[in-house]
Amino acid sequence: MATDVSTEQVEKTIFDGLVELGTERDQLSREATLEDLDVDSLDLVELAQIVEDEYGVELRGDDVKDVKTVGEVIDLVVAKAG
Amino acid sequence: MTPERRRIVITGVGAVSPLGIGAQALIERWAAGECGIEDGLGRADQFEPTEFLSKKEARRMDRFAQMAVASAQEAIGQSFGDGGELPYEAHRVGCVVGTGIGGLSSLEDQQRKLIESGPKAVSPLAVPLMMGNAASAAVAMRHGLHGHAYGVVSACAAGAHAIGDAARLIRAGDADAVVTGGAEAAITGVATAAFSAMEATSASGISRPFDARRDGFVIGEGAGVLVLEEAEAAAARGAQVLGEVLGYGATCDGYHLTAPQPEGTEAARAITLALADAGLSAVDVDYVNAHGTSTPLNDRSETVALKAALGERAADVPVSSTKSAIGHLLGAAGAVEAIATVEALRRRLAPPTIGWEEAEEGLDLDYVPGTAKPIENGDGPLVAVSDSFGFGGHNAVLCLSA
Repeated sequence: MATDVSTEQVEKTIFDGLVELGTERDQLSREATLEDLDVDSLDLVELAQIVEDEYGVELRGDDVKDVKTVGEVIDLVVAKAG
Repeated sequence: MTPERRRIVITGVGAVSPLGIGAQALIERWAAGECGIEDGLGRADQFEPTEFLSKKEARRMDRFAQMAVASAQEAIGQSFGDGGELPYEAHRVGCVVGTGIGGLSSLEDQQRKLIESGPKAVSPLAVPLMMGNAASAAVAMRHGLHGHAYGVVSACAAGAHAIGDAARLIRAGDADAVVTGGAEAAITGVATAAFSAMEATSASGISRPFDARRDGFVIGEGAGVLVLEEAEAAAARGAQVLGEVLGYGATCDGYHLTAPQPEGTEAARAITLALADAGLSAVDVDYVNAHGTSTPLNDRSETVALKAALGERAADVPVSSTKSAIGHLLGAAGAVEAIATVEALRRRLAPPTIGWEEAEEGLDLDYVPGTAKPIENGDGPLVAVSDSFGFGGHNAVLCLSA
């Protein structure tokens, strides 16, 4: 399963997840920073739960502590799932 | 020389209740004899969280905290204005909000996830959603209040304890203003089943305090928030004064887990202490906002306590229960009822105990049956006592004027 994960799939998962957590969809892009979107550590833990459910990839606090943009979150998940 | 005691005025009120959104909906509909109870429950069904909160804010708060935030927005808007500026240094403004239970529906949701899907499914928001201080934290964070801020937990006395403690903070000089009240959203599977199991709630689904046919309380939900300020500081900034917290008395039955002491000795003492704190006596009381739950035990012991504390005055003073209109809001009750009391005094009106028809032997006070009645005592400020009693034997009584 993990080897079939595409960037597009993960992007959709992350975008949908962030909308579910309260982010406006029209603010979302790969370049958008988590700070500008007001995505905090609690949001990232919830997002990690969604990702783990979907792809079986475990993201811990340490994995995401240096992540700045939505694109970096997506790339991290794709890399871990690959 | 004894230093002049700091006086505490009420400069803003806000409420969410089964009678609708706002303190005005609460008092106007209750005074008109309208009841917000439907199908045996007092739901605040007009409350829509997203009218007050962003989607993200709403999902980070349990319903009880959401309703506290909505009530605080109304109270703070009325007192400080809607501009977001505090009239005092932020660390001089406190936030004390009571609750009986806290975020119970959130706890039940997370427990379900734990059982069905295991520990990894439990939300990282679970603790901040269910903690009993969540309402205080949410209000303080939203309005940038940096003074004393905490939750008060004393079952159905929590709202009154919160207001009394808030007044004490100001009186002690620890704060210039405190945003205070109570919030509860416990119409959940566990709470309704548990209250029913102990036969505390009404099998008929009717809240009729002090009536001979009463058979338990009707569970309600909502929040009430007041802005209290030190009187001179409020006057200096030209604040509109709605009323005053004159006194506060608190005792504990130390008697039984849930049943009130039948003689109402400690409840009576709390009333007497509140009047003494106000520098008043029984003859000064113009209105009593009763705890009046509609349970067989409370309404009897409260009547006994009122007679003990007020003596001959008890027979002459109107006594009514807000719970006849909204049910029992548990940890929010004392706060919502304090607001209803102040607004009733401002209208010089004792709202009715809705549904009261049949007297019971010994329950012979003026419970204001039928319709609201005028409170007649000249043109000066009127004085009321507002009772709140909680499981555990907690008694908290406020003496209010307007």
